Amino acid sequence: MAEKFDVIVVGAGPSGNSAAYTLAKAGLSVLQIERGESPGSKNVQGAILYSDALERMIPDFRDDAPLERHIIEQRMWVLDDESYIGSHYRSDAFNKEPYNRYTMIRSQFDKWFSERVKAAGALVICETTVSHLLLDGERVIGVMTDRQGGEIYADAVILADGVNSLLAKKAGFHPELQPKDVALAVKEIHFMPQELIEQRFNVKGTEGVVIEMVGKITKGMMGTGFLYTNSESVTIGVGCMLSDFKKQGTTPYALLEEMKAHPAIKPLIQGGEMKEYTAHLIPEGGYNAMPPIYGEGWMIVGDAGMFVNAVHREGSNLAMTTGMHAAETLIELKNEGKAFSAANLKRYQAKLDESFVMKDMKKYKNMPDVFHSNPQFFNDYPEMLSNAARTMLTVDGVDKKSKEREIRGTFRRRRSLFGLLGDTFKLWRAFE
Amino acid sequence: MHIVVCIKQVPDSAQIRVHPVTNTIMRQGVPAIVNPYDLYALEEALRLKDQYGGRVTVLTMGPPMAEAALRKAISYGADDAVLVTDRVFAGSDTLATSYALASAISQISKDMPVDLVFTGKQTIDGDTAQVGPGVAKRLDMQLLTYVSKVRSLDTENDEIVVERRSEGGVQVLKTSTPCLITVLEGNNEMRFATMANMFRASRYPVKIWNKDEAGIEDVTKTGLKGSPTVVSKVFAPTPRAVKAEIIQCESNEPGDLSVTLLAKMFNKHPKLEKEIAKRAV
Ligand SMILES: Cc1cc2nc3c(=O)[nH]c(=O)nc-3n(C[C@H](O)[C@H](O)[C@H](O)COP(=O)(O)OP(=O)(O)OC[C@H]3O[C@@H](n4cnc5c(N)ncnc54)[C@H](O)[C@@H]3O)c2cc1C
Repeated sequence: MAEKFDVIVVGAGPSGNSAAYTLAKAGLSVLQIERGESPGSKNVQGAILYSDALERMIPDFRDDAPLERHIIEQRMWVLDDESYIGSHYRSDAFNKEPYNRYTMIRSQFDKWFSERVKAAGALVICETTVSHLLLDGERVIGVMTDRQGGEIYADAVILADGVNSLLAKKAGFHPELQPKDVALAVKEIHFMPQELIEQRFNVKGTEGVVIEMVGKITKGMMGTGFLYTNSESVTIGVGCMLSDFKKQGTTPYALLEEMKAHPAIKPLIQGGEMKEYTAHLIPEGGYNAMPPIYGEGWMIVGDAGMFVNAVHREGSNLAMTTGMHAAETLIELKNEGKAFSAANLKRYQAKLDESFVMKDMKKYKNMPDVFHSNPQFFNDYPEMLSNAARTMLTVDGVDKKSKEREIRGTFRRRRSLFGLLGDTFKLWRAFE
Repeated sequence: MHIVVCIKQVPDSAQIRVHPVTNTIMRQGVPAIVNPYDLYALEEALRLKDQYGGRVTVLTMGPPMAEAALRKAISYGADDAVLVTDRVFAGSDTLATSYALASAISQISKDMPVDLVFTGKQTIDGDTAQVGPGVAKRLDMQLLTYVSKVRSLDTENDEIVVERRSEGGVQVLKTSTPCLITVLEGNNEMRFATMANMFRASRYPVKIWNKDEAGIEDVTKTGLKGSPTVVSKVFAPTPRAVKAEIIQCESNEPGDLSVTLLAKMFNKHPKLEKEIAKRAV
């Protein structure tokens, strides 16, 4: 006889784990299916963990979660070929517990989260791929897995299967993902002794540093680079829109190799031993590219629903929050004795509208378009900024007023006054 | 018929790294897997069960986390699983391990007599190939090593026929049961678990035995105390001095690639070229 559950959750990343955990804790019968060998074995993230979203579900997560370093310093670098200009913000306020942001390693973190999910009472089955959804007309009534005797039934299915959800696509919930709506990111972990990290980044204990980078490292493509400190390793990576990679004909790997050779970055990873290389997609199409997120007996959470704030590099927290709200919706409906119909699941959308999730998604909804059509943000400006700084800082007998005039001149020559004003306006509008 | 398969959880040796500074083995973050040879043993046991009926019990001695290996075995179709775990076992060498496993198998056979014990040829972390033979000796069972296939089983007359790989060929051997068989890879690739067995595995309550439940009579034969083996030194072999060579090629066409590669090889080994040319005619 085929098994039947209240809810099936597909995927054991942060969104699926949050959903399964919340549901199981409330006493619903939950089956979670993950195709990886273990939860997290296939997952890729920078990774910064934002405490808040997790804390709302698991207030004591700091007791045993595998956290690497708490972040006390954030650097924003704008790079041209040989320089960087930017800001460093470091504050002892970030040293006060409870810490707000941590670096972590996803394979370990997901495994930890999954143990919590199991302890809450969910049944977790790994190494099993959901091949499609079982439908009764419009209504999702279960899933089919790639194993013999693979059909399993449920009153609701939560799709937490990550970016480029094949399941949602197969069921016709959303069309093919567009290359302009996804970034391709690659990253490496470089192992190095703790003492070396402490010296190099001026930190002690579990303190950590984050460097976010834009500029010529992406060769005019829309994207960013990053470098994070872990306990005994440094994570370095870069990501750009898939459509840009296609246009440029550059490979992500070559991009990362060049970035690692940049004079500002090279010394930071020198002497490390490369431990792992991974690549993954990030859904960065924003609000305008979002698919419908609920229907008859189904809901979409996390990356599968395009829930990523690319500007602030947030994804896992949106994944957790959407997973939690999807679960809460089902719990409420179950308690009220209501069906998991599209009309009732609308409540999930309402919860997200209320939360930071939709507010942020809407706030930055024009961002992708602005950056797509204005590559100067990634190419010209970094160089212009760097030149300006160099001109001002070079003592060569030229008076400062003339230097200022020269800088203004280059800016105008490169972008025209009209272009500069236009860019400022576009950015302002997109951030509004 | 009752088959006990002894398995071990081992670190995935393909993913072990050596600390660049201290030159010691770093196990941190290395995933644990079921010793690959043990999976061939389990698959061979499951095939016998498919054909002749009966029961398959998997057994391991190890830390509590080794339960995951047993659960995996259940997902493939094993009926029961026993984890023998106790502090007294810490530091066991092959002598002490075979003592603990033999005791546990005796306990298991109280429930249902054991006809066959399967183990892998060896583990990938210890590479000794001693535990299986040790268990056979202690249980006074017939011993067949390096078996790639069980040909047939005669449950009436308690006889088994196997194929044993030996230098220069395959031996076909017949012996009487109960016996212990150490298995190597043949065409016994592990099967893909069914959905029903995946459910069974995630719900199955693994039997967890301490030293008393495992029937240990003499504690001095277990753990460090019962382990005469001394590892005097562990070191990482120095990497090979020969560096890989990058061969430049005009284009990425498969044809061009192979021509360039062959030219390079023949250049280095002219004899080989002659030899092949001779045979090509
Ligand atoms: C390089 C990089 C850096 C990032 N940095 C950050 C960061 O610093 N901070 C941050 O908050 N976010 C970051 N993100 C984004 C973040 O990783 C994602 O938003 C987050 O992982 C989304 O979680 P999820 O649970 O929705 O999806 P995922 O984590 O992708 O999980 C989906 C799971 O579903 C499983 N699955 C898929 N299909 C099936 C199927 N058919 N059957 C069974 N299982 C299936 C997968 O194996 C996977 O385990 C980064 C992403 C990348 C790629």
